[in-house]
Amino acid sequence: MILIVGAMVFLMAVGAALGLSTDVTPWAGMAIALVLGIVLTLVAWNRGSSIVLSAVGAREIAKRDDPELVNVVEEMCIASNLPRPKIYLIDSAATNAFASGMKPEESVVAITRGLRERLSRDELQGVIAHELAHVGNYDTRVMVLMAVIVGSVAILSDWYLRTMRFSGRSRGKGGLIFLVVGILFAILAPLIALMIQFAVSRRREYLADATAAAMTRNPGALADALEKLADTRQRLETANRGTQHLFIVNPFRQRQKRSSAFATHPPLDDRIRRLRAIAGHYAQRAQ
Amino acid sequence: MLQSLPLALSFGWIALIILAVVVVWFIGLYNGLVRLKNIAKEAWAQIDVQLKRRHDLIPNLVETAKGYMKHERETLEAVIQARNAAVAATEDPGQGPAQVAAAENMLTGVLRQFFALSEAYPDLKANTNMLQVQEELTSTENRIAFARQHYNDSVRRYNTKLEQIPTNIVKNFGDFPAMEFFEIEDPQAREAPKVSF
Repeated sequence: MILIVGAMVFLMAVGAALGLSTDVTPWAGMAIALVLGIVLTLVAWNRGSSIVLSAVGAREIAKRDDPELVNVVEEMCIASNLPRPKIYLIDSAATNAFASGMKPEESVVAITRGLRERLSRDELQGVIAHELAHVGNYDTRVMVLMAVIVGSVAILSDWYLRTMRFSGRSRGKGGLIFLVVGILFAILAPLIALMIQFAVSRRREYLADATAAAMTRNPGALADALEKLADTRQRLETANRGTQHLFIVNPFRQRQKRSSAFATHPPLDDRIRRLRAIAGHYAQRAQ
Repeated sequence: MLQSLPLALSFGWIALIILAVVVVWFIGLYNGLVRLKNIAKEAWAQIDVQLKRRHDLIPNLVETAKGYMKHERETLEAVIQARNAAVAATEDPGQGPAQVAAAENMLTGVLRQFFALSEAYPDLKANTNMLQVQEELTSTENRIAFARQHYNDSVRRYNTKLEQIPTNIVKNFGDFPAMEFFEIEDPQAREAPKVSF
């Protein structure tokens, strides 16, 4: 939450700063940034998850197609008090899963054929719980909001840099110093916004893991599933940079040892370790 | 007096604003309690739904097994009897959560014996209908467990709010009884059910 608020403040600050170093007042700059953010959010809100699904090549699963899978999903819906999402199977040998949807009533959970075949019932349940956790925590909304903020910052910076090309225009108050700072800021701002977005994404992954552990009361199973997911060499062919953050494990990177500022997901080893720590905690309390 | 009038007015405004804030806050707390109570009540209804689902599956299970387990008449009858007792417990308004839980546990015990016996009948195990019913029963057992988990979680949240300040003051303005957890309190019912054939 702090990160998201921070990102919003950052966006406003960018608007204000750019406003300061041109002839536009800082207040107008902030207002423009805010309006831009709101408009882009409204546009993004209406785009359904169907675009993502057709991009990854998925088909919907009904009860008669795969009763065990549907049962596992429905069990998790009971545990989390969420409505049943649409269930999709992605025809790929890769092991991965994702969830999408602006609100729980219109949510979608998709898993790959590879994942369906390789995981046990308990491990599958852990993965489904993780995906439902994303839905229940409104993570799609959060990431859309972040994308909009980053996009707005990028647009503002770009506009500012373009207007700077025309020398003689908008020297602004404060002269050269403001100009240099403004340009530097305009170049760095989108980068900083992007880093904040990635940080939020990593945080929400941890949150989804923890929520899934609470849902299943079996964090060890999710840890086992993540281990199986990590060992896979197969890449998910149809995922792209735009959709990578939606997946349970990053469809592009192999197992990474250290945390990167530009990673959408935390290191798998770290996630597994945290889950096993919760499992150990449960075991101690049971004694 | 005319000079103190504006001061009195501004005090009046401040008091009004404070009052408005308190009222709004109070309403928020009250509605929060209502929401938590209803989530817990819904969760209880959900347990009921899953228990009924389990009751409905059992006749199918017995029918499928009858053709294969010709010499296990007593076990199959015990299953049906336990199932009927559980149905009666759920439908009888006089039976509280403890009795319902006890009857369900009895049924679980009998089912466990049934499945242990069915291991000796590979043809039965391979039967597709049997596999389907087994998956449905496994899922139902899980659903009952998760429904209970959700119910107990909701009750805990609700009861905790009832005890905390400031909601423990707000609760007196409405009907907010503390709710029971779905656990077996009766020590006799805790014993493993003895099914004699």
